[in-house]
Amino acid sequence: MLKIADLHVYYGSIRALNGISFQVNEGELVALIGSNGAGKSTTLKTISGLLRPRQGIVLYEDADITRTAPDRIVALGISHCPEGRRIFGGLTVRENLRLGAVQRRQGADMAADMDWVLSLFPILKERLSQSGGTLSGGEQQMLAIGRALMSRPKLLLLDEPSLGLAPLVVEHIFQIIRQLKQQGKTILLVEQNVHQALDAADRVYVIETGQITLTGTPDELKHNPQVEQSYLGR
Amino acid sequence: MTLVYYAIQQTVNALSIGSLYALMAVGLAMVFSILRLINFAHGDLMMVAAYLAAFALFANLPLGLAVVLIIIGTVIVGLLMERIAYRPIRGAPDVATLLTSLAVGQILQNGMLLTTRFLGQPIQIAFPTPDVLNGVVAFGSITVPRLNVVSLVIGLIALVSLSFFVTRTVPGLSMRAAAEDLTAAQLMGININRVIALAFAIGSGLAAIAGLLFAVQAGQINPYMGFTPVLKAFIAAVIGGFGSIAGAVVGGFVLGALEVILTALPGIGDILPPGMVSPSTQALLQQWLPSSLTGYRDAFVFAALILMLLFRPNGILGQPNREEMR
Ligand SMILES: Nc1ncnc2c1ncn2[C@@H]1O[C@H](COP(=O)(O)OP(=O)(O)OP(=O)(O)O)[C@@H](O)[C@H]1O
Ligand SMILES: [Mg+2]
Repeated sequence: MLKIADLHVYYGSIRALNGISFQVNEGELVALIGSNGAGKSTTLKTISGLLRPRQGIVLYEDADITRTAPDRIVALGISHCPEGRRIFGGLTVRENLRLGAVQRRQGADMAADMDWVLSLFPILKERLSQSGGTLSGGEQQMLAIGRALMSRPKLLLLDEPSLGLAPLVVEHIFQIIRQLKQQGKTILLVEQNVHQALDAADRVYVIETGQITLTGTPDELKHNPQVEQSYLGR
Repeated sequence: MTLVYYAIQQTVNALSIGSLYALMAVGLAMVFSILRLINFAHGDLMMVAAYLAAFALFANLPLGLAVVLIIIGTVIVGLLMERIAYRPIRGAPDVATLLTSLAVGQILQNGMLLTTRFLGQPIQIAFPTPDVLNGVVAFGSITVPRLNVVSLVIGLIALVSLSFFVTRTVPGLSMRAAAEDLTAAQLMGININRVIALAFAIGSGLAAIAGLLFAVQAGQINPYMGFTPVLKAFIAAVIGGFGSIAGAVVGGFVLGALEVILTALPGIGDILPPGMVSPSTQALLQQWLPSSLTGYRDAFVFAALILMLLFRPNGILGQPNREEMR
């Protein structure tokens, strides 16, 4: 469904990605793990069109989207839930969710999707008229995911959804991620919480200083000495 | 009775000036909120509108048609400005965008200068005020210049429509989202080029209305007429809380009121009816608030702005500190 080949991305003269290639198949939950500054967010931003690679190609459903504008990419069915949630703090929860579906027409479909998102995150229902900035960190993350779902994506890009959240909330978020996968969404998950990521994923890529260094199933990686030492802290 | 009469007249005056400032300040605020660009060429859009109005009225077009053409023409100029000058430098440092806006202003002013020269017109031309904007409106025994009433009503209609647009429509919502976080807005699927163009278009349309009303008020127009209004609009936007549309409206009316008060208070001792205050108070007023102070109005306005920036740097509606709220 998504295929990335030899991606080189720079911030000015700083190189962030140094020839990354990987792929995500339909229905899969693929995790991208790596330490701080490895290039995980850069990868997602390049897929969603926020960054243009200097070299390399992003293929989505066999179409080249390397130079497609972010709003077109959303229209094609990719939704990127960014690192740090980036919800609109001055807008209400309802408005945030509506913006997730900004390209769609108001109607029964959208109302149904709104109900569905609110059933995934019932706490948001009580907060609909509250401004996003007043939510707790966990609630903001739920809103960010819910908002990303409102565009009805086929491929969901999640950037560190567990960042800075209490263990119980992390548990809840991952439960939702698994549920989304069961409902047929394809997910590319960036995580530093490697334990949770390995538990949820079908396949894993390890990224280090802009390059993929390891790949395999969670079981394979769990018993890899390098992964054990660097990411699982054993 | 004269005092009440005077007060009502001045209130209408303040509101009508305030709505002009608000119309201008809103355009500045919308663009700033999305692009962090202080578009000083916004005043020159108003100048362009005034000239378009003069040409249309000289050509004896009916007023309604003229107004539509003025708005369309100004919006086109505003959109070209965004497309040619501001889009290529999007994301550049603030100094670069600020200088660009000053350059755009210069280009519009000199372009208009050349145009008038080419048409064989003097630099300063008398504005052909349409008859409907002349004269006074009588409310019982109180008369108010018709222009003031029209400015106020049109200003209010425009601002109410704008508020409806911003709060109740999806493009308006997209605009608020873009103002909060441009990157996140892109991730929602918002076409930010379209949103930015829309902000320029709306700002230009409001500047066109303000330009027409301002030209009628001033009675004459010249290519440099946009300078003072854009400065005032900037002050209004800062007073209200820069970057907030509601703040720009509030700031516009506050500035209008401030100016009218600062104009009306000096010399108040001369017009108070006898017996209203004790003669000694009246003498005191005449001594400390002489009508000659009126000339210092703008100095007082700027002093008020400085105080404002000292004590409430984020303006009347500005949040104390947006970063802290995150
Ligand atoms: N806006 C930027 N300007 C310059 N360099 C940047 C920028 N954003 C990221 N980088 C650099 O690019 C590299 C990759 O950053 P990226 O954000 O992709 O890392 P990450 O894997 O997501 O890290 P984290 O886990 O901390 O989020 C880092 O070295 C970082 O310093
Ligand atoms: Mg990151």
